[in-house]
Amino acid sequence: MSLPFRNSGSAAAAVALLALLGACDRESRNTRGQPLGETVPTGASPDTIYPGNSQPPPLTAQAAAYENNAYAISQGQQLFTQMNCVGCHSHGGGGMGPPLMDAKWRYGGRIDQIAASIAEGRPNGMPAWRSKLTSEQIWQLAAYVRSLSGQVPKDAVSARADTLSNTPPQTQQTPEPVLPAGSAQQ
Amino acid sequence: MTPAEKAKAPPTTVPRDGPDLTGPELEARLHRTWARPRGLIGWLSSVDHKEIGVRYVVTALIFFAMAGLLALHMRLQLARPESNLMTPELYNETFTMHGSTMMFLFAVPVMQGMQIYLTPLMAGTRNMAFPRLTAFSYWMYLSGGLMLWISHVMNISPDNGWFSYVPLAGPQFSPGKRADVWAQMITFTEVAALAVAVTLTTTILKQRAPGMTLARMPIFLWSTLVTSVMVIFSMPSVALASSMLISDRSVGTQFFNPAENGDALLWQHLFWFFGHPEVYIIFLPGTAFVSEIVVTFCRRSIHGYSVVALSLVATGILAFGLWVHHMFATGLPRVGYSFFTAASMSVAIPTGLQIFCWIATMWEGRPRLTVPMLYVIGFIFTFVIGGLSGVIIASVPLDLQLTDTYFIVAHLHYVLIGGGVFPLIGAITYWFPKVTGRMMSERMGKIAFWALFLGFQLAFFPMHISGLMGMPRRVFTYPAGMGLELPNMLSTIGAFVVAAAVLLFVVNLVNSLFRGVPAGPNPWDAPSLEWAASSPPAPYNFPHIPVVESRTPLWDADGSLRVVHGLRVEEPELLLTTVVSATPDIREPGVAPSPWPFLSTIATAVVFVCSIFSPWALVFGIVPAGIALTAWFWPKKPPPEGEPVIV
Amino acid sequence: MKPGRFTALVVAGMAVSGCGGIQNALGGQAVQSRDFVSLFAVFMVVCTVMYFVTVGTLMWAVFRRRRATEACTVETGRHEVSAPGSRTALVVWTTLIAVGLSALAVASFFTDRSLAAAARSPKLAITVTANQWWWDVQYTPDNPSHIIRTANELHLPVGVPAEITLKSNDVIHSFWIPNLAGKQDVIPGRVTDAQILPRQIGQYRGQCAEFCGTEHANMALDVTVESMADFKKWAAAQLQPAIAPTTPLAAAGFNYVTTRQCSVCHNITGTPANGQLGPDLTHLASRKTIAAGTLPLTRGNLYGWVADPQSQKPGSQMPTMQIAPQDLHAIVAYLETLK
Repeated sequence: MSLPFRNSGSAAAAVALLALLGACDRESRNTRGQPLGETVPTGASPDTIYPGNSQPPPLTAQAAAYENNAYAISQGQQLFTQMNCVGCHSHGGGGMGPPLMDAKWRYGGRIDQIAASIAEGRPNGMPAWRSKLTSEQIWQLAAYVRSLSGQVPKDAVSARADTLSNTPPQTQQTPEPVLPAGSAQQ
Repeated sequence: MTPAEKAKAPPTTVPRDGPDLTGPELEARLHRTWARPRGLIGWLSSVDHKEIGVRYVVTALIFFAMAGLLALHMRLQLARPESNLMTPELYNETFTMHGSTMMFLFAVPVMQGMQIYLTPLMAGTRNMAFPRLTAFSYWMYLSGGLMLWISHVMNISPDNGWFSYVPLAGPQFSPGKRADVWAQMITFTEVAALAVAVTLTTTILKQRAPGMTLARMPIFLWSTLVTSVMVIFSMPSVALASSMLISDRSVGTQFFNPAENGDALLWQHLFWFFGHPEVYIIFLPGTAFVSEIVVTFCRRSIHGYSVVALSLVATGILAFGLWVHHMFATGLPRVGYSFFTAASMSVAIPTGLQIFCWIATMWEGRPRLTVPMLYVIGFIFTFVIGGLSGVIIASVPLDLQLTDTYFIVAHLHYVLIGGGVFPLIGAITYWFPKVTGRMMSERMGKIAFWALFLGFQLAFFPMHISGLMGMPRRVFTYPAGMGLELPNMLSTIGAFVVAAAVLLFVVNLVNSLFRGVPAGPNPWDAPSLEWAASSPPAPYNFPHIPVVESRTPLWDADGSLRVVHGLRVEEPELLLTTVVSATPDIREPGVAPSPWPFLSTIATAVVFVCSIFSPWALVFGIVPAGIALTAWFWPKKPPPEGEPVIV
Repeated sequence: MKPGRFTALVVAGMAVSGCGGIQNALGGQAVQSRDFVSLFAVFMVVCTVMYFVTVGTLMWAVFRRRRATEACTVETGRHEVSAPGSRTALVVWTTLIAVGLSALAVASFFTDRSLAAAARSPKLAITVTANQWWWDVQYTPDNPSHIIRTANELHLPVGVPAEITLKSNDVIHSFWIPNLAGKQDVIPGRVTDAQILPRQIGQYRGQCAEFCGTEHANMALDVTVESMADFKKWAAAQLQPAIAPTTPLAAAGFNYVTTRQCSVCHNITGTPANGQLGPDLTHLASRKTIAAGTLPLTRGNLYGWVADPQSQKPGSQMPTMQIAPQDLHAIVAYLETLK
């Protein structure tokens, strides 16, 4: 009798493999912030003039590691409530502070620009969190804030928090374009 | 003419088996009709229950070995206090994979695989009732298992335990897709198990050999019937719960969100409504193996057949009324708990009756201590400890100290390994000659048995002690100086002894496959119908359908069984009989091999896996799944002869 | 030996063999856990007897001497015949099981009633809120000015029935002090409660007993059962605001702690640090362990924890911060003064 089991690698497995290939980025859980000398960039706001062309430099690998990371976004979601960001920004809809789920970014909508805004504070009431939160926590918050306007791939955000329902599910959020700071549509 | 008379009437132009067409010529023609095409396509298209049963069992044993390796890793971590062999994240993923693999990818599938192989042979028919559905279920099971393990390899395996409680597994506290992978694995394996349960139930109720009344069918078929009905009633609960979890996580429903009138306990009720019958779905086939082995090796029919059969039914029914005993610590009203205490204790009564009947059979007969009998004795020694520790934790005040500690880990392994794995290994040894035509080595089997039995006690008995001494479950480490070092070290040593025993069993299996002593159709001189087929059975199982007149047909047959004549030879055909008294009823066309179950699995698997990432997969995935299912069910042309095939 | 004495002997044996563990279900140092030990002894006796009856009968059935012609086997042609008296044996066996189980069930229900009786009229009200992965403990007497907030520890006066109201801020946990009482799950969205009536002074350890995430294994609490006088002394000390720093190093630590990251999450009563997200640190130095029982409270552990909590308890909510060495000295110096 021939050996019975021969894994012919069903196509389902191949598809699953492909679907899960993008997993590494999204699923890794970095609880310590590597390297320890992590910092939040300063001066990345759109007003800064860069030599050559006027675009800010591309994202560092460190920033990119936070962008689509599910763990970071989930931690950011918890911090958003715990640090009372909802007090001014509500759950993205804004109030005393500007809304975070729309296309308008006064100080830039890239993750490092958001992180700089959180760390440095901004005029008209945004507190500076640099000495109150660690850099890692600021990056996590920035990742979460990005997800409020739908910038993050849908498989990295969680649909809701275990709280009162106050926004449409994050996974249903239509991505808003990130308009440059100086653009006329602002 | 009644169908029975028609079946025995002289053949018309259609070739049918009978006194004129029998022996080697009949067997050659039946072989041509029933064998599947060779090659890869043929292998993927097989609808032969024997092939599918073997695939199920082999795949399940591979998953068993993989989950066992995970267990060894955990035991190495827990051998010393405050060890950092494994990080907490890795440990949590490991125990989740261990539990999920053992419960969903090993325990139920292996029992169903054995049932798929044995049921048509024991019932005296040629194939299952829905062969393509059975094939589909195997591919679905394999896909679910592959999905889970590929996710483990890619480091996105679930890490919330095999039970995945919310809110920990909910959208806020389990970021990413890990919990969704777990939930979809449930969907795969639940669909597979349901499919098998449906086909087994139908086969047993409608395809038994003529004369095999419900009161004459082997205990194994009773157990298969009861567990299949249990699967049908319990699996939808966990499928519902896992779908609700995926829905919460991917589209933001509020099923388990307490802030929006959802309830975290809803998950536990739905899960354990399935979870408790699940362990009986694993245990009852174990008791069935024991009944069959005891009958053969004590040389007599089972003592108290009605008692055993009714005990199986009673256990199956009672099992649905116990689930809250997994939730005694949650703070539900105490009066309700009292009901579940009483029910949990009373479920011991039917099992106790079964034990009486087995012991009485041994007392009245002449037990022969072959390897399967040794496993039966090991089963009684081990399972009864587990059952009694179960009686202990059925009491609420006791459970409130012991739940979620290593006492429960000890209990569950005693009942599942003692009550499931021991009979399973005995059963594999017992039926190996039938499946392969060779005997397993008796000497190696005995060594493996003693190693397994003693290693198991060493591994799991100390866990009762460590649970009483305050060690909770699912902890990746424990503090030094609490007296837990000794029990944990003993458990680790025992775990490695168990692993060696399992390895020896596998070596015996593989070695005997190629070099075992050749076996005839009935090497053990057993009484049930499967031993009338050749070893290994031909694709058509029996050249003529046998007629049964007692509970032990081969012992009462006086050399040759009476048979039915009149089934077609050039097309696959089965005989359906009535439900209770098994009088011949209808001649039913058999099913040809078909690649559509495999292709449907691919389509369905793509839908399920992609729906982890987006709910739109469910919508767009209807198209390929629909095409595959349509091709599968496309009506076949009836055979050209004027005579109707379906009466 | 009379059954009562036998049971008492078993109970004593088990309690002794429990050997003074601080996290031991056989300790029996409170009314609730003593009821457990007694009931467990009863169950163990009955179940052990049943087990040996079963396996003894099994061994007898397998190994008894019988003549080949006597046996009811297929070889003698009597494989359908039952031995005489087997019907009686079945009835006796079933009755034995049913009676045994009923007795155990009744004993269990009586223990339930005893536990319920012990739970009436509690005198001490405590609220414990479970978080990932620490315990927020608040004593809530009728007089609001006597509310005490601490973390990861419990002090109980001996002989006083306490009722502990249990809440969760995130996932399901389970509150369990094995020496004192059975466990009670803590479920978000529900309020559950546990009752403890301690009978013996001592130091015990409780632990979360429901899988709650990465650091479930490191979510313990220290439980001190003490005399009423000692308890009142402890409560009075807890009511005091944080001791002001006296040395320059401690003062520098005070500055850091109350103005930088620490104050965002931690509360130190009487200082500007009033974060509500993490454990209360007002009397940190009076505790026996830190990080929910993960590390004993020593200077070295304080340094290690503050400098890099993620290396001690990876995944915990306290982030690893970049703290300059002189700041670290100052912080630890200050924390050590918080008695």
